Amino acid sequence: MGDNPSRSTDANAGGAGVTGRHASPVGIGVSPSSYEEPPFGGGGALPKKSRFSMESGFRGLSVASGAMVLVIIVAIAAFLISKAVPAISADKVNFLSFKEWFPNETEPRFGIAALAFGTVLSSVIALIVAVPISLGIALFLSHYAPKRLATPLGFVMDLLAAVPSVVFGLWGRDVFQAPVADFSVWLNHYFGWIPIFGGEGPFGQSIMLGGLVLAIMVLPIVTSLSREVFQQTPGMNEEAALALGATKWEMVRTAVLPYGKPGVIAAVMLGLGRALGETIALALTLGLVYNISFNLIQVGGNSIAANIATTFAEANDTGRGALIASGLVLFAITLVVNMAARAIIYRRREFRDSAA
Amino acid sequence: MAKRIEASNVSSYYGSFKAIDSISMTVEPKTITALIGPSGCGKSTFLRSINRMHEVLPNARIEGRLTIDEQNIYDADVDVTAVRRLIGMVFQRPNPFPTMSIYENVVAGLKLNGVKKKSLLDDAAEQSLKSANLWNEVKDRLNRPGAGLSGGQQQRLCIARTIAVEPQVVLMDEPCSALDPISTLAIEDLMFKLKDRFTIIIVTHNMQQAARVSDKTGFFSIDKTGDPGRLIEYDDTQKIFSNPTQKKTEDYITGRFG
Amino acid sequence: MSVLESEQSDVVMRPDNIRTRTLPLVANLATAVVAFIVSAVVVLTTGIGNWVLVVVLGAVLYLVGLNIVASRVEGRRAARDKMWRAAIYSACLLAILPLASVVWTLVSKGVDRLDGNFFGTSMNNIGARDAGGGAYHAIIGTLEQVGIASLIAVPLGVLGAIYLVEYGKGKFANTVRFFVDVMTGIPSIVAGLFVLSFWVLIVSPWFNNGQPRFSGFAASLALSVLMLPTIVRSTEEMLRLVPGPLREGAYALGVPQWKTIVKIVLPTALPGIVTGVMLAIARAAGETAPVLLVAGGAAAINFDPFAGNQSSLALFVYQQAGDASKYAPARAWTAALTLVAIVLVLTIAAKLLARRNSLTR
Repeated sequence: MGDNPSRSTDANAGGAGVTGRHASPVGIGVSPSSYEEPPFGGGGALPKKSRFSMESGFRGLSVASGAMVLVIIVAIAAFLISKAVPAISADKVNFLSFKEWFPNETEPRFGIAALAFGTVLSSVIALIVAVPISLGIALFLSHYAPKRLATPLGFVMDLLAAVPSVVFGLWGRDVFQAPVADFSVWLNHYFGWIPIFGGEGPFGQSIMLGGLVLAIMVLPIVTSLSREVFQQTPGMNEEAALALGATKWEMVRTAVLPYGKPGVIAAVMLGLGRALGETIALALTLGLVYNISFNLIQVGGNSIAANIATTFAEANDTGRGALIASGLVLFAITLVVNMAARAIIYRRREFRDSAA
Repeated sequence: MAKRIEASNVSSYYGSFKAIDSISMTVEPKTITALIGPSGCGKSTFLRSINRMHEVLPNARIEGRLTIDEQNIYDADVDVTAVRRLIGMVFQRPNPFPTMSIYENVVAGLKLNGVKKKSLLDDAAEQSLKSANLWNEVKDRLNRPGAGLSGGQQQRLCIARTIAVEPQVVLMDEPCSALDPISTLAIEDLMFKLKDRFTIIIVTHNMQQAARVSDKTGFFSIDKTGDPGRLIEYDDTQKIFSNPTQKKTEDYITGRFG
Repeated sequence: MSVLESEQSDVVMRPDNIRTRTLPLVANLATAVVAFIVSAVVVLTTGIGNWVLVVVLGAVLYLVGLNIVASRVEGRRAARDKMWRAAIYSACLLAILPLASVVWTLVSKGVDRLDGNFFGTSMNNIGARDAGGGAYHAIIGTLEQVGIASLIAVPLGVLGAIYLVEYGKGKFANTVRFFVDVMTGIPSIVAGLFVLSFWVLIVSPWFNNGQPRFSGFAASLALSVLMLPTIVRSTEEMLRLVPGPLREGAYALGVPQWKTIVKIVLPTALPGIVTGVMLAIARAAGETAPVLLVAGGAAAINFDPFAGNQSSLALFVYQQAGDASKYAPARAWTAALTLVAIVLVLTIAAKLLARRNSLTR
């Protein structure tokens, strides 16, 4: 009885509206439809819902803010396209397959091929290095470490995730480059017969350096997401495995890893999204040449984002358009990766909620 | 197959909190023993001490001797995994592995123990499911997820999973508390059947259940909250429910306490 | 005969055997010592590498050796358990090394220029041969840009979260929620390009006689695009933690929904919301790429965020890193140290606040 929220709320919806309504004699604004409802108390009609009130205003504001997210995503696509299209149509070569980047000349020639290749290659290397280590740390934090160690270590991981990428880039160039160059020389000496470690040098600012720095940056993200997933493993499933006589590792393999698999996949894809979009760390550590090569250790490598950061300053109108076009490609790639990751997480959440 | 369990002066701790205080009891092979008592009296803790699941919780430790056929399972050179395989456990809430099918759930323990041959696994799965009175209900959907079964079926699946590794003793921690009366009845029937092969110890809140299924009953109690649980009386079920020697037991049985 | 006994005799625990042999610690250590000696001999006599290779090869040999020794003594399953445990512990050690190196370098190289001059001067009129110069202008820029970005993103984000929790139902709300999550993954450079094409190249010419104009405000716009999803998500989580009965209690008293939200739900969730906002600010303060694209960077002090180029701490680090002057690296590292200090203080404060938050505890 009388628990219709919109009516009871509006009865007190602040300010002028209330006085206005209460000032009108009881029963005046009653439309025939309200007789269909059960009569209340003294037979007086309830205050009616007004069309404009703080309630609807506040609600509208919040809906607009929520919708803003969609507006922004659509706007990003729209504005990038609007600036990219003129540049691409001015391009004298095929934007998708051309490897080099000369957009500022009178006859602009530029293509995304080498940049997209470098972006993907450096990210893949980062993931290959970071994912096993991340999973190891996540398992350590969730199942192996004593709580006294796990809490501070998890905290440190979170702090690591907060360190700005420019700092990692600076560290990668000033500190990490020398050991990686030495390692590259060693690899080249003994494993030069494998194409990815071949070449005559110089070594240093290579895809490997960029990939390793990216790995260090992706590590905390993948770790903290997978740790969360592993911690959600139902304790009773872990106990079931132990009660069957499983060792700790067998318990992890039987109960924890299968349960966490979709979550880990999503974590890896989010890490991939971050690696693909990383700008400054790669701008500082890659050799920045326009070339498609699987050689990991020679000076070289480039990425869409790094190219934007490093060539933006001297870009003219078409140059800017070209960079925006490359950004559009990056946006599309990361959007697809992120949507896929989120879709996995959402499906998993539904699965879990329905099972609970 | 079935083994005698002997506890002498077993005390369990969570950190500095003493959960049970010097429990001594002997459980004969091929019997069903029920542990009853009010909430928090340590009967589940004692049950989990029997297959060393107690120590899974942080800071948990134990004192005293617990033997299975004269071997102390708390000796330093004992393999925990062997103990747990020998003394299986069924939990309060059905806990099939959510990512596995019915078939995979049943053979999970065997796979852990290194059995790889498909024919052996198939046989074992069928035998265990038949023993758990579940075969007829699931034989056509062995590859469907175990989580899709009803609560009572899931619990029987967990029992099948436990007996698939051929333990000597089966511990059941309130196995019916999450189930409806009909499923409960099915599990009780199953216990009678399994009694021929296993020593069964069951913790239950349901005194009628204890009276129905068990040969012997142990009554646990605490003086007040924070005190350790003690074994007040341990005797034939019939004796406990008809003519207990302790006043506390009688009060509990007749519903005047707890 | 049971299935287990017929299959694998070495792993079956017979009823009369629950004993096991454990590998003594001495044997474990001996394996390690042997592994490293073998590794050192192999590497150093053949001259194929230095101490790094000795360590790496030694670690691999140790893991393999441990597995072999342990499976002889304890059995295959126990050995595998031991080996995976060792591998997981080594993963942790491996990850701590670069972190320690970053921290050490930051501190040791960063203190060089940690002086009053650095925080009191800009880079105006500092040539390649001048040792001085500082990040005063960059700090101003960071504070203004992040401040304005927060003014934009916080109300939008909190209101958006209120929509998702209190009003949003059905398909539209789910779509919004999904794209909020997707938006957290938008690369910062894309946000920068967006503001470049939208604000700098299209809108700003209206106010500037048809000429595109870089500004700190444009950077704020880009940063707010990056902050928005983070704030929505963290606020949404906090609002969901506010107990339902609290709302119902207010509704039952006839308080309208918007007032319930403003007067009861938001204050209850406030500490958590502040935590989320601080984390978002910390992230935004460290962003380089968008500032580079739309604020342009500057050497002189510019207090006006709406007109003219501005720098920021992160951008200062990047530009000094690319500067050929021999004094530039020291400035870059000190600025990096300052930036990390600001970000970490914000992050740690946020985490401590979260720990004291009664809703999440």
